[in-house]
Amino acid sequence: MITTIFFYLFAIVLLASAAMVVSARNPVHSVLFLILAFFNAAALFLIAGAEFLAMILVIVYVGAVAVLFLFVVMMLDVDFEQLRSGFQRYLPVGATVGVVLFFELVAVLWGWELSPQSIQLRMSPAPTTLSNTEALGQVLYTDYIFLFQTAGLILLVAMIGAIVLTLREGKTSRHQSIRVQTGRTVAETLEMLSVSVGAGVREVGILRPKVEEPDEVADDHEAGHHHGH
Amino acid sequence: MLTIGLGHFLVVSAILLVLGIFGIFLNRKNVIVIFMSIELILLAVNLNLVAFSAAHNDLAGQVLAMLVLTVAAAEAAIGLAILVVYFRNRGSIEVEDVSLMKG
Repeated sequence: MITTIFFYLFAIVLLASAAMVVSARNPVHSVLFLILAFFNAAALFLIAGAEFLAMILVIVYVGAVAVLFLFVVMMLDVDFEQLRSGFQRYLPVGATVGVVLFFELVAVLWGWELSPQSIQLRMSPAPTTLSNTEALGQVLYTDYIFLFQTAGLILLVAMIGAIVLTLREGKTSRHQSIRVQTGRTVAETLEMLSVSVGAGVREVGILRPKVEEPDEVADDHEAGHHHGH
Repeated sequence: MLTIGLGHFLVVSAILLVLGIFGIFLNRKNVIVIFMSIELILLAVNLNLVAFSAAHNDLAGQVLAMLVLTVAAAEAAIGLAILVVYFRNRGSIEVEDVSLMKG
């Protein structure tokens, strides 16, 4: 009884926040409603008995994906009001497609029934003695190891791809160029001079010329100096 | 076994899927909200998988839901990276402007 009440509560909040995600005026509000939707979906997973997936959903979606969305929404300086200009125009076609799809799904749900042999077709029946996380771990690292490795590979590719896409070679990064370093010859870098006895570096003329400061800076400095007096 | 009927979960996830698809049509210009709608659709898929997995007491559905979760996270990361690069180059994120490769 209490489970049913909580199921309906979480389901209604989930659907309401999903509706707000697609219809909110401000994209930041959309992201916040998306976070609420994920929390309620995690609660529904808990009711269904998938505790590990519920926690993963909170960690991955709320902790990473939603925060990523929030970063991008706030980082891009976009006029979101202007982006909503076609809202009224697209409403009829969207509503039509949505209603048609919904009635198709209702028709599927109406005439759908479970095959009596389906219980023999289970890939990996859950053991009753273990908790959900333990059972999932036992099956994930043995029967589904390739699926698991593929998931890791997908994440690796996504990570490298995102970094490669967004990384900018700035002027500030100073790379070591091995080619230039090893290609240097003595003639390019060393100059032999015969210096007579007693002549300082100033007379020979190998002193580096002093770098001229920009005029404005020098003037400012002078003015400040006078004020100090 | 489920304490709530399987049909209840399926109805919730069907409505969630329809809302996600509706969001794609409604926000044709704002690509960020389109990404969020795709996340909603994938969430509906996950809800379906978990509901069937719980109804049959079969763990394969939950493993598959985990893979869907991975793909959704990767898709969001790559999509938002492309969006940031596009915004840097063009100064806007209007989907209707993205026609450079149309020829």
